[in-house]
Amino acid sequence: MTVALENGRRMFDYWLTVYKRTWKGTMISSFLLPMLYLAAMGIGLGSFVDSNGTGALGGVSYLQFIAPGLLASTALQIAVGESTYPVMSGLKWQKFFHSMIATPLRPADVVYGQLAFIAFRVLSSCAVFLVIIALFGGLKSPLGILGLPVALLVGMAVAGPIAAYATTLENDSGFAMVFRFGVVPAFLFSGAFFPVSQLPNWIEWLAYVSPLWHGVDLCRNLSLGTVNPWLALVNVVYLLAWFIAGTWLAVRGFTRKLIR
Amino acid sequence: MSEQRESLVHVRELRKSYGDFEAVRGIDLDVWRGEAFGFLGPNGAGKSSTMRMIGAVSPTSGGTLRILGLDPATDGPAIRARLGVCPQDDTLDTELTVRENLTIYGRYFGLSRAECRERADELLEFVALTEKAKVKVDELSGGMKRRLTIARSLVSKPDLLLLDEPTTGLDPQARHLLWDKLFRLKQAGVTLIITTHYMDEAEQLCDRLVVMDGGLIAAEGSPSDLIRDYSTREVTELRFGPDVMLADHDALAGKVEDLAQRIEVLPDRLLLYTDDGERAVAAVHERGLQPAAVLVRRSTLEDVFLRLTGRTLVD
Repeated sequence: MTVALENGRRMFDYWLTVYKRTWKGTMISSFLLPMLYLAAMGIGLGSFVDSNGTGALGGVSYLQFIAPGLLASTALQIAVGESTYPVMSGLKWQKFFHSMIATPLRPADVVYGQLAFIAFRVLSSCAVFLVIIALFGGLKSPLGILGLPVALLVGMAVAGPIAAYATTLENDSGFAMVFRFGVVPAFLFSGAFFPVSQLPNWIEWLAYVSPLWHGVDLCRNLSLGTVNPWLALVNVVYLLAWFIAGTWLAVRGFTRKLIR
Repeated sequence: MSEQRESLVHVRELRKSYGDFEAVRGIDLDVWRGEAFGFLGPNGAGKSSTMRMIGAVSPTSGGTLRILGLDPATDGPAIRARLGVCPQDDTLDTELTVRENLTIYGRYFGLSRAECRERADELLEFVALTEKAKVKVDELSGGMKRRLTIARSLVSKPDLLLLDEPTTGLDPQARHLLWDKLFRLKQAGVTLIITTHYMDEAEQLCDRLVVMDGGLIAAEGSPSDLIRDYSTREVTELRFGPDVMLADHDALAGKVEDLAQRIEVLPDRLLLYTDDGERAVAAVHERGLQPAAVLVRRSTLEDVFLRLTGRTLVD
């Protein structure tokens, strides 16, 4: 365990060094896009929704309804972005993962370092986004800042499985599938913009399966002050289960690719 | 021969299979501390598979393997902490600068950031890349990337350096510069294990080598031992000009067969393997044969290699 922590820390240094060079490019996807959604949907569409009454949303402003959902969705998108192309690059394009395991690092350490970096990316981006949301008046209760750890949990829940999937690919065309059939539908139908109870029954159940719904639901309940402890526990346990299973799968995938 | 020599790599009956394919089919060897040891062989001979097993990143399929006295199955990280690996592909991070590639690699070995900086500067000096320290790896030439990869493999001051085809794809200037660096490392006491297709490289660098073919060791010894055991001291090459066909070559070969220990018929020339090339030439002339061109040369490792692994192209 201590070895894994120490080795993961050495790996994390690598990602920070890379990030010092690439952080500017990530600004657009990490901040600009979510802010545009916040402005267009929360304030633009929101003024229209609010003027027709928001009883179906629980009587809060549309901005306050969607802001926590956007926070969780941002975490998902950052985590998926960092566990797709960078993994392909390390294994196939630049092959730097291969050079890492020629040192005392093990494939598992490479995974832990990568996950630590994704955690850093999710936390730092979502913290800034949360401040912006608060400035726009998007948080109803101060408990809404607890959306930050929840966002982290969402990122961790999806990073492992996606990284594991990335190890099985021969080229990056599979990532288009992840975005088309995973990220985009999850973003639209996981309750960030409207309650999933509005959906046909079978899609509603698909939403409950997606880790994003659990993140959106918990973030929103915290922000609106409508937390049901038991439901919250279900959300957290479900996300943790994804995180643990995904990490295990990623370690297995990395080991298969790197140790032959 | 010294009795205290220490085996850094001890291999007995070592095997490696990928599914049904047996890449390494039972090899024995020892690499002694301080020597430069070479793996020669055509593509697919099992050199790289063996190197990966010695690098403790590939589990063995059978036999015994001890690296620095340790078992790679249980002590992989401890072994790798004392190895330097220069892989066939450079595997550098092209987004980072030359210097960052070194400092980051030192971190993987657990060196402090200060140690990493100090090591990086020393090594950049060593491989003559100090001026390129702040340049992105993308902008380096092939030879510079190779030098950087070798520098990277030295960050942790390894006891044993593994070099997989270190000079493949480089121009002659870059190759000679690299040989010079490797020779200096050997002088400094680093044990080297090198795979190569280049016979001149093996003759230049290796104290001892094995020729691998089809997953087995075909021959083992110093370059001069191998030449003595598997070839003759000299080779006489006879060319009879473009008008003489292969069929005629066979007939000509029949006439000079007894002048050499071994004779090889090629489309454009006859090779007479003999200990005294000049005497063979004189005898050829005495028999009334008039080759258009004659060359007497010393046997090289290439002759040994071709004899052991054949002239057929391996893909």
